[in-house]
Amino acid sequence: MKEKKRNLIVIEIIGLLLALLWISPFYLMIVNAFKTKKEIFSGVLGLPEGFETTNFVQAFQDLDFVNSLFNSLLITVVGVGIIILFSSMAGYALARNKSKLSALILLLFVAAMLIPFQSVMIPLVSLFSKADMLNRTGLIFMYLGFGSSLSIFLYHGAMTGISNSLDEAAIIDGANKFQVFWHIIFPLLKPISVTVGILNVIWIWNDYLLPSLILADEHATIPIKMFLFFGQYTKQWHLALAGLTIAIIPVIIGYFFAQKQIIEGVSEGAVK
Amino acid sequence: MRNRDFSFWLFLTPVILSLSLVILVPFVYGFIYSFTNWNGMVATEFLGFKNYITLFKDADFRASIWFTTKFAICSVILLNFLGLGLALLVTRNLKTNNLMRTVFFMPNLIGGLILGFIWQFIFISVFGNIGELLGIEALTGWLSTTATGFWGLVILTSWQMAGYIMIIYIAYLENIPKDLLEAAEIDGASSFQRFRNITFPLVAPAFTVSMFLTLSNSFQIYDQNLSLTNGGPFNSTQMVAMNIVKTAFTENKMAFAQSKAVIFFIIVAAVAITQVYYNKKKEVDM
Repeated sequence: MKEKKRNLIVIEIIGLLLALLWISPFYLMIVNAFKTKKEIFSGVLGLPEGFETTNFVQAFQDLDFVNSLFNSLLITVVGVGIIILFSSMAGYALARNKSKLSALILLLFVAAMLIPFQSVMIPLVSLFSKADMLNRTGLIFMYLGFGSSLSIFLYHGAMTGISNSLDEAAIIDGANKFQVFWHIIFPLLKPISVTVGILNVIWIWNDYLLPSLILADEHATIPIKMFLFFGQYTKQWHLALAGLTIAIIPVIIGYFFAQKQIIEGVSEGAVK
Repeated sequence: MRNRDFSFWLFLTPVILSLSLVILVPFVYGFIYSFTNWNGMVATEFLGFKNYITLFKDADFRASIWFTTKFAICSVILLNFLGLGLALLVTRNLKTNNLMRTVFFMPNLIGGLILGFIWQFIFISVFGNIGELLGIEALTGWLSTTATGFWGLVILTSWQMAGYIMIIYIAYLENIPKDLLEAAEIDGASSFQRFRNITFPLVAPAFTVSMFLTLSNSFQIYDQNLSLTNGGPFNSTQMVAMNIVKTAFTENKMAFAQSKAVIFFIIVAAVAITQVYYNKKKEVDM
């Protein structure tokens, strides 16, 4: 037994060292963001001499951070909200209809997941530009198109645990289909809605290529601004790293408050 | 709900509309356009297979397919190895289990674009600095050659996604009945035998899931490629996705880029279908 305990301690130490190695890129990013250009040139591993906050002030301004944070938040919140609403409705309808047609529609959505983004990207941008939809509304609609497949699949799976007798009871009491869905089914789907929400937030928040093809400059999200900012400051690592640190802060805050739900949600989404 | 119910279709309208306009219609149009001289707005001439013939002569495109394939193979192996290793580590009875899970998973939440920039700093400045300090030649000049660019991308992607794969393996490892492992231990099975004969077969379904995810992700990588190497030096670390984007939006050859996109779809779909089919046959039923 003692042997075992000692083994566990050794494993724990190895694990912690590995964890330190794992976050070392973030350590290196942060300490060097506080250095001057000259300090970085003379050494990148140690702590900064004086904490150079001017890097952050300039990066914050050049990233137009208040504006790009707002754009990212707006697109992510509305996009994910719409995906949750419409995918849960579809998952419900497909699960309650046992016909062959319903199974075929579900299969179509699942099969669409095999199509890589780059395979539809060019005609998609062309089509939406003809309809004058290369804007935030168009982008959010595209997110519904790309995001609904996995989400519907997850909702459809979760519906198998919700008995049809609930629907029937409510219908007898005089509710219509929308009332049944909204007041009875949707609240019961909450756990899977959390999963769907988390998976889509991670994707949309970090997405770069699609919004960079769609959005006008004044609506640029954080990744788009980060790309432009980095291009402007190549070889000026002190500024680039300060910008990267700022860009990551919202994610770290979110992770801090919801890490349990995030890890569970991702696990749920991947395994099903 | 029945097929003729109005509400059935009403519930499905938003998603069917978006799937059609965002994926299905562009997919079909793209396929047709790839046989024409489409310039993004109009197509005036039907070219037959001309774009496809040009594409197979395009050395950059062929190189990008080969580069992506090598990258995908290396990342899939490394990622599954790392992911399973980390999962085995954090499912032991350790005090800092949750802390480690949190740390290993963290890179996953941050976009590939931002992580690529951070690692550009690490490969160029930090590696260079350590290389000079310790006099290790091999650590200097990273990302300036094809080989270091390749391994840079593999390291970046593995570091980013290993936590995700770890989570998948954890889900399966925690489902293994404890008494099964205990019984084997009482019967005198060594820890390697227990892993080989119990744990390994029971986490086999996790291989299906995580190999599918890692393989299809590795094939479609773009952001990390853009921010870490931007295809350089001389397009030698350019992956297929980036080749398509550049052909379309830098060189403005829309129909030609679309023919590459069609080939890209065939490769990705074929890999995914083969892989899922092959893995499904080997799984163990509990």
